[in-house]
Amino acid sequence: MNRALALIFREVDKVKTFLVVALMIAGIAVLSMAMTIGFCVSTLNNPYFVSFTNGAKAEAQLLGINLIVMNANNSNSTQLNQVEDLIQRKVDAIILNPTDSDALVPAVIAANKAGIPVITLDRSVNGGKVAMYIASDNVEYGKLEAQYAVKLLNGSGNVVLLTGIPGASATRDRTKGIMEVLSQYPNMKIVANQTAQFDMAKAMSVMESILVAHPDVNVVIAENDEMALGAIQAIKAAGKSGIIVIGGDGIPQGIQAVKDGTEAVDIAQQPYKMAALGVSAAFFVVNGITLNPASLSMPLFPVTKENVDQWIASGD
Amino acid sequence: MTLSNGFIRRYGVIFGLAGIIIFFAIESPNYFFTPSNFILISKQSSINILLALGEMFVILTAGIDLSVGAIAGLVGAVAAGTIVATGNLFLGLIAGIGIGIAFGLINGVIVAFAKVPAFIATLATMSAITGITLIYTQGEPIWNLPSSFDFIGQGNLADIPFSIILMALAFVAAWIVLEKTKYGRHIYAVGGNIKASRAAGIKISAVLVSVYAISGLLSAIGGIVLASRLGTAEPTAGSGYELDAIAAVVLGGTSLFGGEGWVVGTIIGGYIIAVLNNGMTIMNISAYYQEVVKGLVILLAVMLTSFGKKYWNE
Repeated sequence: MNRALALIFREVDKVKTFLVVALMIAGIAVLSMAMTIGFCVSTLNNPYFVSFTNGAKAEAQLLGINLIVMNANNSNSTQLNQVEDLIQRKVDAIILNPTDSDALVPAVIAANKAGIPVITLDRSVNGGKVAMYIASDNVEYGKLEAQYAVKLLNGSGNVVLLTGIPGASATRDRTKGIMEVLSQYPNMKIVANQTAQFDMAKAMSVMESILVAHPDVNVVIAENDEMALGAIQAIKAAGKSGIIVIGGDGIPQGIQAVKDGTEAVDIAQQPYKMAALGVSAAFFVVNGITLNPASLSMPLFPVTKENVDQWIASGD
Repeated sequence: MTLSNGFIRRYGVIFGLAGIIIFFAIESPNYFFTPSNFILISKQSSINILLALGEMFVILTAGIDLSVGAIAGLVGAVAAGTIVATGNLFLGLIAGIGIGIAFGLINGVIVAFAKVPAFIATLATMSAITGITLIYTQGEPIWNLPSSFDFIGQGNLADIPFSIILMALAFVAAWIVLEKTKYGRHIYAVGGNIKASRAAGIKISAVLVSVYAISGLLSAIGGIVLASRLGTAEPTAGSGYELDAIAAVVLGGTSLFGGEGWVVGTIIGGYIIAVLNNGMTIMNISAYYQEVVKGLVILLAVMLTSFGKKYWNE
């Protein structure tokens, strides 16, 4: 456990170094001409992507970049139009948080043709040329959640799985990771596997119904914090206790739930830093610096009661 | 309007609900068919039924209100935000209810005076209100609410969940207004035949504005129950709720062309949706199939109602 933490903190140092370098470049930015970068975010109806966009805005301000933020409201066609508009505006670079890995390939190819570099964040694109790709590994995210469930129950117990929006890449990858781990432990029984669409209200209703059929649930693995929080509300409403709830993303309310002891583990991501890194990467690319390696995996932090204060102090 | 017509509209939906309950009771006698699960289903349906009752007033006038979910979301946020900022529960509830009625009135004025078709008018306000909620919350959930706020959506009064009591009160109020008052008859009349109503001296504009205000009020109560149930006002709370509300009203036999409908039917329509969600989750049916089943059941119920009506009349 300590080794894992040490490893994670080493990763943080790498990220910090990256940011420091970006800050140094910021000095040059004052002298350089104003740069315009398009920032296409898949949705802003979610605290995760709000924090994500705030990180990009802060970094752009630091580097003196004119950042055009476009919100696709989770619509592939809207995002495709937005990228085309940005190409028309002849922006210096496009930072794309794709709504879908396949549907946005034409948008990336169009930008490639126009000679505008593309950086993808949080979700990859399955085609076209991308200068830099930064994301957390969602399969790993699911694996970590399941590994904690196994660990906390000593490899045996009744599992409820609350999955995200059916068909979304985050849902597919996290579910894959969870299943990979759970399939190795025959005594970890999945008694209910339901979608709650990453939504707190849906998760609460679904969990309430599940508790009717399975009063003997031991652990709830939710594919994000909102659903974990909904499950916690349902458990509270049913007057139950002792059910372990595992969530992820690291939104403030989730971290608070870990501190309160209602959520056992929160697999935290760093959307703010991820987007900030994306903007500095765009800055490098526009200045003619080729990034190597062309992809960066953001570390995931399992926040538990033991390290939650440390996590809060670190300012994420 | 014949008695037989009303008979089929009414009893068709009751048989529908009974059939669904019997199916799940056979499939899952130990878990589904228990008193505690029926209390749970009532609790889960309460928010949708509150919204649906308001929606019914509007649909009875041959209108539609697509903004009920958006209003519920905004009201939850404003109420929660006010409570967090001032520490005053009462002030938060007043602010929330006030906002709900205000946006209802705006809908009504646009429909009644600007003569914009209700579908377009409320589609536009739905979009605007959703945006206002995102601006107000900055896309972040509002939480850390005082425990006094929890009572509305989580508390019990004499062992009955308070949200069920609110739903029952709204039902009784709606029933009295629609069935027992002159104003209620005016609502049916405006939806049934607007020209005849005008000739009869009914103030059409006043009736139209008022039904949207009632819809805003009930959406506001639903939004507050939702935020309290979760202990959190989410920036996207209520999105899509208008569809379940409209489905409950139509399942209950209210005509989308106005002038015909039954308050009890709307309650039963709301229960059909809640029982389907609860029963299918208890049986652990995959989400992919759940959506298909829900769609088919709604379609079947509405088709049976209209087929039965036609058959009976001929």
